[in-house]
Amino acid sequence: MAEELRIVLRNYGKIDPLNIDSYIALGGYKALEKARGMDQKGLIEEIKQSGLRGRGGAGFNCGQKWQFAYMAPAEQKYVVCNADEGEPGTYKDRLIMQNDPQSLIEGMAICGYAIGANQGYIYCRGEYPYVVEVLNQAIAQAKDKGVLGDFDIEVRMGAGAYVCGEETALIESIEGKRGEPRFKPPFPPAQGLWQKPTIVNNVETFANIPVIVDKGAEWFAAIGAPAYPGTKVFTLTGDINNKTFFEVPTNTTIREIIYKLGGGIPGDRKFKAVQIGGTSGAFIPEAQLDTPVAFDAMAAIGATLGSGAVFVLDDSRDIVDVVTRIAGFFEHESCGKCAPCREGTMRTAALMEKIEAGEGANDDIALLEKLGRVMSYSCLCGLGQAAPTPVLSTIKHFKADYNAKLL
Amino acid sequence: MDYQGIIAKYKDVPGGIIEAYHAVQKELSYLPEEVIVEAAKIFNMPVAEAYGVATFYSYLSVEPRGKNIIRICESAPCHIAGAAEVIAALERELGIIMGETTSDGKFTLEYTECVGQCQSTPVITINGKPYAGVSPAQIAAILAEYR
Ligand SMILES: Cc1cc2nc3c(=O)[nH]c(=O)nc-3n(C[C@H](O)[C@H](O)[C@H](O)COP(=O)(O)O)c2cc1C
Ligand code: FES
Repeated sequence: MAEELRIVLRNYGKIDPLNIDSYIALGGYKALEKARGMDQKGLIEEIKQSGLRGRGGAGFNCGQKWQFAYMAPAEQKYVVCNADEGEPGTYKDRLIMQNDPQSLIEGMAICGYAIGANQGYIYCRGEYPYVVEVLNQAIAQAKDKGVLGDFDIEVRMGAGAYVCGEETALIESIEGKRGEPRFKPPFPPAQGLWQKPTIVNNVETFANIPVIVDKGAEWFAAIGAPAYPGTKVFTLTGDINNKTFFEVPTNTTIREIIYKLGGGIPGDRKFKAVQIGGTSGAFIPEAQLDTPVAFDAMAAIGATLGSGAVFVLDDSRDIVDVVTRIAGFFEHESCGKCAPCREGTMRTAALMEKIEAGEGANDDIALLEKLGRVMSYSCLCGLGQAAPTPVLSTIKHFKADYNAKLL
Repeated sequence: MDYQGIIAKYKDVPGGIIEAYHAVQKELSYLPEEVIVEAAKIFNMPVAEAYGVATFYSYLSVEPRGKNIIRICESAPCHIAGAAEVIAALERELGIIMGETTSDGKFTLEYTECVGQCQSTPVITINGKPYAGVSPAQIAAILAEYR
């Protein structure tokens, strides 16, 4: 273990991303051909059996989701790729799209065949205009080659809104509206884009599909943690020697990622905390570093795997300063549709600023905890529900940092 | 500028108003009132709704901005890597503060959240082009490319 295993990034550095022939030369589009030789149900069953779960944060069984869309009766269905990649500290979807765009396109086309959709959209964040260019070229080449058959893909560019990573907000945005999440149910596989059955999957999820079809469900299911098989791409930031990315089996532990792959903490500093899964993730103390990164193992310690961002802080860092900044992020990114999130993120940010300025008291901590609990179950979408996590987890594990600033 | 022509190109794109706004902004750096009124007409929605879309997204602006838009990432990884010093250097070099535009209309300074280039922090972008791992000392040279 603690070895890199490249499945999603299998072609990284091995192909010319702007030349489809180099992808085809390495076996590209064989999986789509194979998939189209299977019946739709059998194909979906294969994906289900592989145990592949979504890599965008919620960890839903991919084949199961496809089955919902397959069974939904409709003339028109859609396949949507979530390339909004908004979690701070995350750039794994960019790596996939810039270095191997055809893998994503092939994965989407396989999904299109499975559920009976002939139109796909890639919603790429506005921060990545240069990725949009790569995607458009790759799609044009795939169409020219005729590999996609009657499946078509269009790229839509976001415009700087974190909430648009939430799948129903993303759908609203493709429809040309404000990116505000919808009430669920109905879920997108029943009623999604333009009210039609829609699959929304993450870039990394789609990039896994061709390999699974090629090598089989059994092969995939045997990799990593049985309940969340396969690999995960991690991006390492903060106080870490190797500020780069790694793809590892999902049974790798946090400690292995930080110390073996990440090369540990720079200088003579000691580890203080790590936040995994992006800015909405929990801060994890030293005592929990032997947790495997797999979805359920992380959930068991009150943390998340999320996007796979790994943000490390050394012992010189002030947790309250960092969490105050994060609270500012959520205040800014809250879309304002539901009151608990709109007001809650604002109050949280104000309380954190008060504490950071040395003007907070014990009562303010108690208020933050209560507010956080209420938000976690009353907010409309995952943004507001997860926003208190960094605050609550640091009050729990790093109380001394708060105490040092209280009146 | 022929904003009508630009918007008209997206007329038949379902939900194409955001794409149309992007295209106008590429030319103008912002979305003037007449663009929003025109978009409402083309995409067949109330002006209030077209305005609502324009003001929802942080990369769209209804206020005039400079020709070159400099964004500084303030997300946590960039924050602890010294984004504040880079901001100070940019403000000093341009003689404006965050959120402002230089009087010659050449540069605007904006905050952004993570732009997905965190392999080397802190990060700024100019017109979308990322500069990762920047130090205050490099700012003058980077700006010179756009002066
Ligand atoms: C606030 C918020 C932001 C999200 N951002 C992203 C994102 O940037 N990329 C992503 O794939 N999923 C994101 N998600 C999760 C999506 O809603 C959805 O679960 C995912 O796209 C499903 O794909 P998957 O099953 O392949 O993971 C976000 C969710 C929330 C609540
Ligand atoms: S955190 Fe600044 S670019 Fe990602």
